[in-house]
Amino acid sequence: MKSNALLRMVAARLALGLLSLLLVSLAVFAITALLPGDTAQEQLGQAATPEAVAALRLQLGLDQPGWLRYLRWLGGLASGDAGRSLVNGQPVAALIGARLPNSLLLAAATAVVSVPLALAIGISAAMWRGTAYDRGVSMLTLSVVSVPEFLVATAAVLVFAVHLRWLSALSYVSSIDSFAQFIRVFAMPVLSLCCVIVAQMVRMTRAALIDQLRAPYVEMAVLKGAGPIRVVWSHALPNAVGPIANAVALSLSYLLGGVIIVETIFNYPGIAKLMVDGVSTRDMPLVQACAMIFCAAYLFLVLAADLCAILSNPRLRHR
Amino acid sequence: MTGEVLAEVPPPRPRRRWPLLGLLGGGIVFFWLAMAVLGGLVAPHDGGRIVDMDVFTPMTAAFPLGTDYLGRDMLSRILHGTRYTVGVALAATLFASGCGLVLGMAAATRGGWTDMALSRFLDTLSAMPSKMFALVVVAAFGSSVPVLVLASGIIYTPGAYRIARSLAVGIDAMDYVRVARARGEGTAYILREEILPNMTGPVLADFGLRFVFIVLLLSGLSFLGLGVQPPNADWGSLVRENIGGLAEGAPAVLMPALAIASLTIGVNLLIDNLGAFRRRGGEGA
Repeated sequence: MKSNALLRMVAARLALGLLSLLLVSLAVFAITALLPGDTAQEQLGQAATPEAVAALRLQLGLDQPGWLRYLRWLGGLASGDAGRSLVNGQPVAALIGARLPNSLLLAAATAVVSVPLALAIGISAAMWRGTAYDRGVSMLTLSVVSVPEFLVATAAVLVFAVHLRWLSALSYVSSIDSFAQFIRVFAMPVLSLCCVIVAQMVRMTRAALIDQLRAPYVEMAVLKGAGPIRVVWSHALPNAVGPIANAVALSLSYLLGGVIIVETIFNYPGIAKLMVDGVSTRDMPLVQACAMIFCAAYLFLVLAADLCAILSNPRLRHR
Repeated sequence: MTGEVLAEVPPPRPRRRWPLLGLLGGGIVFFWLAMAVLGGLVAPHDGGRIVDMDVFTPMTAAFPLGTDYLGRDMLSRILHGTRYTVGVALAATLFASGCGLVLGMAAATRGGWTDMALSRFLDTLSAMPSKMFALVVVAAFGSSVPVLVLASGIIYTPGAYRIARSLAVGIDAMDYVRVARARGEGTAYILREEILPNMTGPVLADFGLRFVFIVLLLSGLSFLGLGVQPPNADWGSLVRENIGGLAEGAPAVLMPALAIASLTIGVNLLIDNLGAFRRRGGEGA
């Protein structure tokens, strides 16, 4: 009975997520394909004859009404056919397929490093809140989240590649043969991404745990004579798991913004670099497909954050 | 990222605060605002003129912040760029906060259908990461100052709306608003005289936060070469065009980045102080 209601709630969230994705696809298509005017004219330039423009328009299917083009585009995406690049004529799916694993590897490596690190710092800062350590952590994380990602990345290059010469400033994934090379290639991008993600995650983890530590039951535990470590580990932390998981998922969604900058700086052959190149050459099919991948990943992480919050909070479960 | 609005639930600020830091923040912000207007006048050189044969020179008396990759004076280029970084972001923030405020108060006071429709529509907008939205818009329309202002303004409207709406809903339920309504005051009067004055503090703080997000977004875009286009340059473009000097640790690449950091940290410090002011005002919350 109870698990049934829970299942229904999760299903409702999933459906809501899918609906959001559908609306996002509508927005992406409207912005890129419907609003800017005539793609055929733009592609051929002002000097093109009206006949040539009309022919290209027919070829691109631009003579059809907008909603039909949208449905066709959406159907193509769903079946893995995102059209052909306007720049080099290759199928967009193949271009993305070649780059996506690199980006996923980068994201996975970043998550593996940043999540434990952020949890350790965030929880310890909450335990020793108000101390010099906590204030230092707060100050540092606040400065990292309030400067642009590229500043963090360039500072990391300056320190680790230029001054200390530990790592190389560029990364090429093609040349990985050993674990040592893997470290050398990934260290700089992962390090820069981690700085941004860890700062976010520490702030949110700390806030979530402190929220629990202010609750009456913690005061009760303290009055009973439980030591600070016992209060945090056996009383507050189990109750903060939900909010912290929520914070972790939300912070990981910052990966999507950070990765755009980091892949560009380090010339990393991932999907974000592909999209930025697509934007500068105004390669619409490529931009549309990349945007949908990023938005889907974003919605997935937000959904995961929501589900963590639901599943771990009995009050939300029974609402 | 619009998720930032959710993620960035203001953490409890440390109780003990130094008003000095708030003043410092205010001073930095005022300085950059003044430079946005006067930057072109006080700059020692024309931002576009090549004044030195050497490129990426370190700081010298003649060129206090060194020279860039073409041998142009970095100080002048930063001062000229202030207009774009501060001006575009300010315009976009005014747009976002203005729209958010108006729509939020409309949703709160009218309730029902208007509220539903507005909230759902703006939620959809925020289902896209902010950088992604900006990239898609730039891909579609090309990059120009009006496009940048509108795009970043629209991206950050849902967050401003959500804050304004929840504040207005809270105030709308207050006794004094009910009294005013019972007195027979019209909606316009209630909004202007009862609700708006009581949400100034939080709305101003939100304005500052949104300004920081927009500065970061726009500098990020410029850094990717998709923001303010040459020959004009904002601070993000300055970092981008001088990135070659990074290996030498040239001030040309560090200084514009530090300028951005000083602006965003300055605004943050100022907001902190606004918070203290607000609490003293007995706003609660």
